[in-house]
Amino acid sequence: MIAVVVLLLIPLAGMALLALRGDTPKAGRINVRCNALALAASLWIAIDVLVHGPRLSAGQLLYIDSFNVYLVVLTAFVGLTTSVFSGPYMAHEREIGRLNPRRLRLYYAMYQGFMLAMYLVLTTNNMGVMWVAMEGATLATVLLVSLYRTPESVEAAWKYFILCGVGIAQALFGTVLLYFAAEQKLGIGGDALLWTVLHDNAGALDPAILSLAFVFLLVGYGTKIGLVPLHQWLPDAHSEGPTPMSAILSGLLLNDALYAVVRCKMLVDASLGTHLAGTLMMGFGLLSFLVAALFLHRQTDIKRLFSYSSIEHMGLMTFAFGVGSPWATFAALFHMTTHSLTKSAIFVTVGHAAQLAGTQRMDRIRGLILTQPAIGWGLLIGTLAIAGFPPFGVFASEFLVLVATMHDYPWLTPLLLLGVGLAFAGLFRHLQPMVYGDVPEGQKAIPANLWPVMLHLAMVLWLGLSIPTFLGHWFNQATHLISGAFPQ
Amino acid sequence: MSITELTLYQQAILLLAGLIALTSFLMLGQSRLVRLVLVFALQGVLLAATTSMVAYVLEFPHLYISAGLTLLLKGILIPIMLYRLIYRMGLHREMDTLENPARVMMGGASLVVFSYYVSLPVVAHSPLVTLNAIAVSLAVVLLGMLLMITRRQAVAHVVGFMSIENGLFFAAVVSTYGMPMVVELGVAADVLVATVVFGVFFFQIRASIDSLNVDRLSKLSEVEK
Repeated sequence: MIAVVVLLLIPLAGMALLALRGDTPKAGRINVRCNALALAASLWIAIDVLVHGPRLSAGQLLYIDSFNVYLVVLTAFVGLTTSVFSGPYMAHEREIGRLNPRRLRLYYAMYQGFMLAMYLVLTTNNMGVMWVAMEGATLATVLLVSLYRTPESVEAAWKYFILCGVGIAQALFGTVLLYFAAEQKLGIGGDALLWTVLHDNAGALDPAILSLAFVFLLVGYGTKIGLVPLHQWLPDAHSEGPTPMSAILSGLLLNDALYAVVRCKMLVDASLGTHLAGTLMMGFGLLSFLVAALFLHRQTDIKRLFSYSSIEHMGLMTFAFGVGSPWATFAALFHMTTHSLTKSAIFVTVGHAAQLAGTQRMDRIRGLILTQPAIGWGLLIGTLAIAGFPPFGVFASEFLVLVATMHDYPWLTPLLLLGVGLAFAGLFRHLQPMVYGDVPEGQKAIPANLWPVMLHLAMVLWLGLSIPTFLGHWFNQATHLISGAFPQ
Repeated sequence: MSITELTLYQQAILLLAGLIALTSFLMLGQSRLVRLVLVFALQGVLLAATTSMVAYVLEFPHLYISAGLTLLLKGILIPIMLYRLIYRMGLHREMDTLENPARVMMGGASLVVFSYYVSLPVVAHSPLVTLNAIAVSLAVVLLGMLLMITRRQAVAHVVGFMSIENGLFFAAVVSTYGMPMVVELGVAADVLVATVVFGVFFFQIRASIDSLNVDRLSKLSEVEK
């Protein structure tokens, strides 16, 4: 368990260091190194879990099993590649005068603060600490949304803070109810909020209290997932903040909020023995999926476009976890990975594209592929991947969701197909002129570091062609944990 | 079970629950920001009193720490900070116009009824005190939201937000005798940081729209303007 403590200490130290040194030219590199160390620690944990199975820390405060360990590695990986992109990006933003040294220090310190909160959400065994860390993630990122101090960004940040703050307060109420139910059976003491203890005793907990608690937990953490109709903050926060932050919000925060909901669902399912939690998640997920796919058509801002695409995919994952069969759960876990990798790659490309064109408005971004082929191709391939084209991983995971749905709820399949089609059309009507259109006068190539994009897309391609054995093994184990059976 | 059969402690809890719900209604009807913050501080003090009473009567010494934290944060620190901000921004003379105060109050009352309705099945086998505690805290949470919906001043939003947390704490203290210490400290830290961030935001909002009327934060929308 030392590895987990190390994993949590690295971003903490990084936060302190970057709060002091974040305005120096070296800051970008320090940030990358912290994230690289965290990735190394997460791999150490992963090997540990692979060899020894689930691990519980001495104080029972930290818990690692196959479900969260793969998310820890994913979080660390996306955190690292995004930080590689963020160094030159933020240097460029400073050169064009959008940032001053103080804000740069804030940015780097909060980058690490956000990573710390994410690792804590994933590794803690205490439902209360999970809530605290989730709120911490909001607090870390809210000042980053308003980093540029434009009226739009201040408005986006305020909306983000209020909506997520109130939303997540509901999750705290749910947590209190959970604790209340547990204390009636387990007696008064600190153990009653530990996930492992709750899971072992779930059968004995009062189903009436747990179902009410789940409603609050779903609404609370669902706000952070961006489920419709609680999604209002998401496109604003993604579009107004600095692009590296959009990448980690979409790639990490949404996943980890969904992780929290699934952990709660596991408890409620074990207690109720009915499909209540799953049905709720299916309803919210499907609604988000369809509404977001429709909203894709109306966007004018490139980052807003892709943040709606994030809502759409998170909706699909929530739906798949809601279906709850082993195959659907497997597909949802797989989709979490492919979406996270693809979406962060897209946001990195979009960041470059916006710097190249000097605007985020899609009607002014033109001719990317002629000006700078790397960015144009990156955006094109990334969008193909996220729209669910074969042979990319997103296709494979969406296909699995479809198959699993056909098996259990055949009458919902047309709705899913409709959503996929709508989203595809919504993305491509905007994409085509941006990539191929005529080059505006005076548009010049910019220094861009696109290897994170290439790496992510190559991985998504690989996942689409074949799932590596160790990853398949992980997904199988996690599926067994969540749904109670291995996918056959 | 009638009220008189309850122990003195249970009666006191019911009284405090009633008072806390009352402060929520007072906030709902308060148009002056300074008084709004004062009522909020009162709610914090009542919450701290509840916590220390539970700690004393049921002998949970760790709740004294929680009571101290609540008093310090919700009763003193946050109200003082909000006061200073209100004066520094020159908002102390301003009246926030309340549209349809009667309708808002009726809405608030129906929210309380709704909270009792939701809590009934949950606490079917629990004593009367728990029912009231859960229902009142849910009501305080919902009333906090109503406060945020009906107001335009950013300061009032913050007060509503914090009073939602008060409601949650009341539930935690009375029905579960406080959360584990690590959670309690974590939540307190979050609240403290949130307060500071809110303070920063007031200045950012004022710098960008020249007032704290959040209705004017309307640049971002789905429809092209």
